[in-house]
Formats: sequence, C-alpha cells, structure tokens
Amino acid sequence: MMVSTARRTTAAPGALRDWKFWLALLAVAGLLVLSIVTGVADLGDGGGGSRFLALTRIPRTIALVLAGAAMAMSGLVMQLLTQNRFVEPTTTGTTEWAGLGLLVMMILFPDASLTVRMVGAIIAAFLGTMVFFAFLRRVTLRSSLIVPIVGIMLGAVVGSISTYLALVTDRLQNLGVWFAGSFTSVLKGQYEALWIVAVVAVLVFITADRLTVAGLGEDVATNVGLNYNRIILAGTGLVAVATGVVTVVVGNLPFLGLIVPNVVSLFRGDDLRSNLPWVCLLGVGLVTVCDLIGRTIIMPFEVPVSLILGVVGAAVFIALLLRSRRHA
Amino acid sequence: MIQLGKLFKDYGSGTSIGPVDLEIPPGGVTALVGPNGAGKSTLLTMMGRLLGPDAGTVVIGGHDVTTTHPRKLATVVSTLRQENHFTARLTVRQLVALGRFPYTRGRINREDERIISESIEFFDLGSLQNRYLDQLSGGQRQRAYVAMVLCQETDYLLLDEPLNNLDMRHSVHMMHHLRRVADELGRTVLIVLHDVNFASHYSDWICAVKEGKVVEFGTPEEIMTDETLTRVFETPVTCHDGPSGRLAVYY
Amino acid sequence: MPDTATHDAAVPPALHHDTAREGFAAFISPAHRRRYWIALVCLLLVGLAFCLGILAWDNPLPFGTRGFWRIAESRATSVVVIAIVAVSQAMATVAFQTAANNRIITPSIMGFESLYVLIQTSVVYFLGAVGVTAIQGLPQYAMQVGLMVLFALGLYGWLLSGKYGNVQIMLLIGIVLGGGLGSVSTFMQRLLAPSDFDVLSARLFGSVSNADASYFPLAVPLCALATVALYLHSRKLNILSLGKDVTTNLGLKHRRELMLTLFWVSVLMAVSTSLIGPMTFLGFLVAILAYQFSDTYDHRYVFPMAVLIGFAVLAGAYFLLKNVFYAEGAVSIIIELVGGTVFLVVILRRGRL
Repeated sequence: MMVSTARRTTAAPGALRDWKFWLALLAVAGLLVLSIVTGVADLGDGGGGSRFLALTRIPRTIALVLAGAAMAMSGLVMQLLTQNRFVEPTTTGTTEWAGLGLLVMMILFPDASLTVRMVGAIIAAFLGTMVFFAFLRRVTLRSSLIVPIVGIMLGAVVGSISTYLALVTDRLQNLGVWFAGSFTSVLKGQYEALWIVAVVAVLVFITADRLTVAGLGEDVATNVGLNYNRIILAGTGLVAVATGVVTVVVGNLPFLGLIVPNVVSLFRGDDLRSNLPWVCLLGVGLVTVCDLIGRTIIMPFEVPVSLILGVVGAAVFIALLLRSRRHA
Repeated sequence: MIQLGKLFKDYGSGTSIGPVDLEIPPGGVTALVGPNGAGKSTLLTMMGRLLGPDAGTVVIGGHDVTTTHPRKLATVVSTLRQENHFTARLTVRQLVALGRFPYTRGRINREDERIISESIEFFDLGSLQNRYLDQLSGGQRQRAYVAMVLCQETDYLLLDEPLNNLDMRHSVHMMHHLRRVADELGRTVLIVLHDVNFASHYSDWICAVKEGKVVEFGTPEEIMTDETLTRVFETPVTCHDGPSGRLAVYY
Repeated sequence: MPDTATHDAAVPPALHHDTAREGFAAFISPAHRRRYWIALVCLLLVGLAFCLGILAWDNPLPFGTRGFWRIAESRATSVVVIAIVAVSQAMATVAFQTAANNRIITPSIMGFESLYVLIQTSVVYFLGAVGVTAIQGLPQYAMQVGLMVLFALGLYGWLLSGKYGNVQIMLLIGIVLGGGLGSVSTFMQRLLAPSDFDVLSARLFGSVSNADASYFPLAVPLCALATVALYLHSRKLNILSLGKDVTTNLGLKHRRELMLTLFWVSVLMAVSTSLIGPMTFLGFLVAILAYQFSDTYDHRYVFPMAVLIGFAVLAGAYFLLKNVFYAEGAVSIIIELVGGTVFLVVILRRGRL
C-alpha cells in the first residue's frame, strides 16, 4: 500500500540550495504581507494605524507562522513515528485530549493563567498520544487505514467526555469557541506563548533522523544503537507541546498536519529530511491562506480558520484517499 | 478445462498482465510458476473471478465466469487466496461447513454434514475440528482453509500459494493431499507455487509465467530443462534427474 | 472433463431438517449452546423487569385502578422509544460491523449524527428558537429520516462502486465528511444567541424525552421492516463477515450484499437518530457485549442477543437514572461514557484488526 513513508527518491538536493524553495518562500512572505494589510481598519489613518498594526496585525501574522509550522511539523513527526501517512493530531485524538486538558484546567481553576491552561493541555495531549501509540504497538493491523479510523473514534470518545464536562458546568457554547481555531483573538500580550513552538520546530529539525529510524520499528532502532523508547517519548513530547500550546492559544487546526506533509511528498517524494523546510513553509502558507479567506469571505465578520481548514482539509484528505485507492 | 482468451489487466504506469491465451486441461494438478511479481497470483485470482479483468474471457468447465450466475459458478470453481483474516471467530468445522453455502444457502442437512466430515477427515483435521482457527498452527490453519474449498465440491480448485509459510514437512503434507484431491476425487487443481521442485514432483503440468505473460506450458519433463528455467527465472538453473523426477539446482 | 452431475446428487431434493444439529453447528458445544439460551432468558427477564419498573415504579395510584393505567400508558411511550432505539442501534451496529469487516467501528460516526446535528442547528440558526418546534411532527421526522438515508446511500453508492471500491476508504471518508459537517455546525452554533443555543443543546444529546409518540406510525414499521430484513439476511451476513474474496468464492455478489446491508443499516440509524438524537457509542457497547455473550459467529444468534442487551442497557440506565439518581437527561451521557471506556479497553487489548 502507499502508506509506507519509506518510499524515498534519490537523494534530493537540500531545500536551502533549491531555487524553487526560495521562490516558495517569497510567495509565502507575500501572503504574510497581505495578511498584515488585510482588515477592516484602515492602516493609513493617522497615528492610530501603526499602533493597531503592532497590537493586532503583526502578532496575528507571527501567530500564523508559528502555529502553521508547528502543526504541519507535528503531523510529520507523527507520520514518521508511526510510518502511517494518515496520522496527525486530529486523526489520533491528540487535539481532543489537549482540549480536554484545557477544559479540566478551566473548571478546576477558573482564574488560571495561560501557562496553567497550557500545562494542562500539554499533559493531556501527551497522555492521549501515548494511549494511541500503545494501541498501535499492541495490535496487528490488516490495513493502515484502520489507524486513522481508530484515532478518530478515540477522539470522539474524548470529545464526548469534554462535552459532558462542559454540559454539567454550563460551558457548552464556550467549548465550541475555545476549540474552534481562530486567530481573531490573537493580540499583543496573548500570543507570546506560541514562541515555545518555535523551539519545538528547531528540536524537530535536529532529531529528524532519529525519528525516522524509530519509525522503522523498535528492532531497527535498537540495531543501530538508538534507545527506541526514549525517542518515542521525545517525539510524543514534541507533538504534545506543539499541539497543546496551539490548542490553547489559537484552537484546533484540523487536518493541517495531514495534508501538508502528504502534499509535499506528492511533489517531492519521501525524503523526509529535505522535506522538512517545505513542510514548515507550506504549513505557514496554508494557514495564512485559510486565515485570509476566513477574514474576507463575509467581511466584516470573520469565519474561524478551523472551519475553512476543516472544509479544505476534509476535501484534500478525501482526494488523497480516493487517489490512494487506485494504488491500493 | 480452463480456457483463457486474451485475458488482460492493466495496472497503469506500464505494468500489465496479459493478454494471455491458455488452455489448462481438466484433471490433475497444474502448477503456476515464475519469478516474483510475474503475475501468477493475479492470473489465478482473475480465473477465480475474485478480480475483474479489463478485457478477455475466462471459461471454466464450459462456464464463462463473467456471465454465469455466481451461485452456479460457486459449484464449479472455488478459489483460495493467500491471506485470510476473519473478524468472526470460527472453529475448523464451522469454517469448512461454510464451503457448503452455494448448495445450502446456510441450511446444513445430513448429507452436507457427511460431506463436511469427509473434507475434514481428508485433511486429517478430525481431532481439531472443534478448535478455533486462532488456536491452530499455521500449517493446520492452511489445511482448514483448503478443506473449506474442498467441501465446496467444485471440479476446479484454484489455490494461491498454499505452501506459503509452511515448513518442509507441512509443505509435503499439503502437496500430498492436493495430489490425492486430483487422483482420488478427480478434481482439477490449479496452484501457484514458489518452488519449481515441488511443481516438478507433484504436478502434471507446469505453466511458467513471466512479466504478465504465459511463456511456457507443458509437462514437468518439458519445462524442467536448463534452458527454459534459466530463461524464465533469469538466473542460471541446471536440471538433474533426481530419485523422484527432475530437480532444478540454482545455487 | 469431469462431470458436474455429482453435485446434483450431493444436494438431496428433500431437506431433512435436523434443527438440533443445525443449532449445534453455530456453537462449539451443547454447553455453549445452553449458556447462550440461559443468557438470553436472563436478559429478557432483566429487560422485562426494567420495563415494568419504568411503567409502575413510583406510580402514585394503586395498582389496577384506572388512574394507574392512565399513568402507565403515558409512560409506555418511553418504553416504546427505548425499544425502537435499542433494536435499531443493536441491529445496525452488528450488521454494519459485519459489512465493514471491522469490529471497532460504529455506524453513528459515519455522518448520521453530524447530519442530524447540522439539520437541528441550521433550523435554529435560520428560524430561531421556534425552529425546534417547527421541526417536530411526523412529516418533518419523515423528511429527516429520508435525508439521512439518501445521504448514506449516496456515500456508499459512490464509494463502493467502480473497480476501486474499498470498504475501508468508504469508512474513512464517511468519518471525515461527518467531521466536516460537524465543523459547519459548530460554527453556526457559536453565532447563536445563548438562549437559542440552550434550546438547541437539549436536542444535541440523545434523550428519550426528545421523542414524540406521533413519530411511532413511521418509526415502528420502518424499524420492524429493517430488523426483519436483516435477520432474514443472517446466513448471508455470516458469509459476508469473511470478507470480499470468500463471499465471492461462495457465490454471492459481494457489492450487492454489501449495499443491501448498508441500506437497512442506514434506515435503522436514521430512524433512531432522528427519534432521540445522537447515541454514538450505544451500538458499539451493545455489539461488543453481544459477541462476548453469544460466543458464535452466527448472526441468527448474535442479533437477538444484541437486541436484548441493547434494551436491557438502555431501559436499565433510563430507569436507574430517572428513579434513583433523578437525572433522566444524563442517560445518553452515561452510556456514552461507559461505551467510550469500553472502546478504550477494547483497542488496548492485544489483537488483530
């Protein structure tokens, strides 16, 4: 089947030496500029414009970059670790776990700071992802398509627990607001926690090779002298931190981690090491485009980016599935 | 008789099976051999109508497999694939009994019970018949699957690599039973084999497949020659007269 | 060519039916068979007890008086609703898992519930709180059921047709589509006024009190029809559970059997979901328990077991929560939590999927 991520092309040139990469970088940079200048308020009107810019537009754009790159890379890491193309935080329940953690924190400590909420979300995301990995290690699978099916079911279980908690504490409508990913509320002073995911991104770059080896299984990893369990824990930790932080600050960004790595490997083959910069870049580009669409489609109202991503992501996912069944 | 007429399957991007024209005579054991990826299993599953061809015809015992009513066809030809995983938990006897479905539609009578018992005994599974499949060894489970298609009482049995994952003893055991299916019960057995020496000793005809085409068809004596096998497998092969038929040596 | 006449001899014209043997074939020993019937009878008694409990418990009037019967009659609606939902969910889930060759899936996440939530949400979104009353009534109920069945058939028909038809991809696409519909609903919900949302949220959880006796003229016959059809299909489902290759080999048209099964499944799911709302893990819970208790592959025995377990679970939860914990509304949530936990346990057990 086409799920094995090990279909490598001949050594692809490093992305940074590739002119196409720089062209793409330029295009994404253009999108980001567009994101800064798009909005209801006119930036040109006197002195208020630049303050507005510093207060909302620039933070928002930085948040787009960080969240987009983080979620796309989280997807890639999970695909590396599981050797399954259809795995990402949405299809393993990780996002739902993070949401549950956030909700529990808000119920237990209504006045909790952002940090406390984030810690709750990260811990829950970590636990949830470990549950999923435990499942993968215990079960012999006939088909790799079972993996996302189980993951989404697991997400539904966790989601129903969240819904129940929200219902009994009368927070049901808020629950929807928190989980729907949106950059509307990203303001100066509220988004800085996202810089944590920049650290995560760097760590993923450093550990990419080890993650790839771990994905080939415990035996292979041990054979080349790596501590398999430690890599799995580290990889899960990275994903959990990225998902937890993004969920708390921005919200749910469905399917981003799934479609970006898959689309990149459609074009570039499966050399994951050299795909990493592309995955980051495309993740940023996609989130920015979706955010722009969300901001302009029914101006002056905003459609949350998670809705656009949910629809676009579902469509791309389905297209990938339909494409894969021809090769099944 | 199994007749293939211009049987063709396209996999896109340059890989295709056929067109194959072939006549496999009734009775006896016919072995399909060839290198990995030659299309042996595809050919077999197309004959057994588990895979639809893009063009061409398959006629088995006078029945065109695409136009004959499926229920009728299930009493003429039975096919066993290599991999069998069931979600339901079945005992050997329950599995073998399902082979009667084309006749009974699930309503087993005494006569069916007799045939089921015979099939089970034929493959020496009597003492295991109330064991669940997941409690059996690989060789026992494989025998249970073959017993199921035997129980279907078809003139033609198509088996895709039934020796896969079996050790020497179990492989010989299985081939011995399949030989008896052909000799004692008068069925036609078509089987995909990996080992040409098994084909040489146990089959009446050998069909060599390479790159989606049938390149040779004949008796083991005709096929088991240095020149033919070297050409089919693209590796130097020498054939020698062994104590029980021709032997291919390739190392 | 070997003659085919031997086969005709193998099928005697007169069928001497030996039911004892046939029954034995479904179980590996008479002891298993006995255990099955004991479990079935126990469940039946438990179900009846809960049923009686719902009707008679806390009835202020003395037993046998006219007033007693009037109150019991009004409570009978709940019993009928519970029966419809239990039968629908149990039959649909078992049949669906067989068709999909996968015992960790439930048909409810294949878009039925998302569609229901979307319909309910958009009615409130466009018509306001009065929308909830506007969507009640038999014609509206019929329309909802019809929409769901059409949606499901379109999906299955599209994804299972053609030479690349693949059940697993169909499952995944169904789930993803469900998720897409869900995110549209979530968006609409956040634009609602809190008061409208409160009205809506009551409809978003499966609850026996969501149902209306006026739906019965449609719900009961549909449910009965689909149940009988699936039960009569049992022997073919036994074969279908072995996968496409074995099914084809044994002379069944795999895609036809699959579509037929999925059609009845979608009717049952639509009837149940439109009646009381989402119950995601009830079917899953019931099916897992039914395989455990019946210990046979034969659907003729698995189906009744599943139905009785479904009724006992749902009626029991309803009775206990209503009369002991005074939290009638929490029925679906408790069942979801138990079902979800069972799901976790099941996927973490070593096995093959």
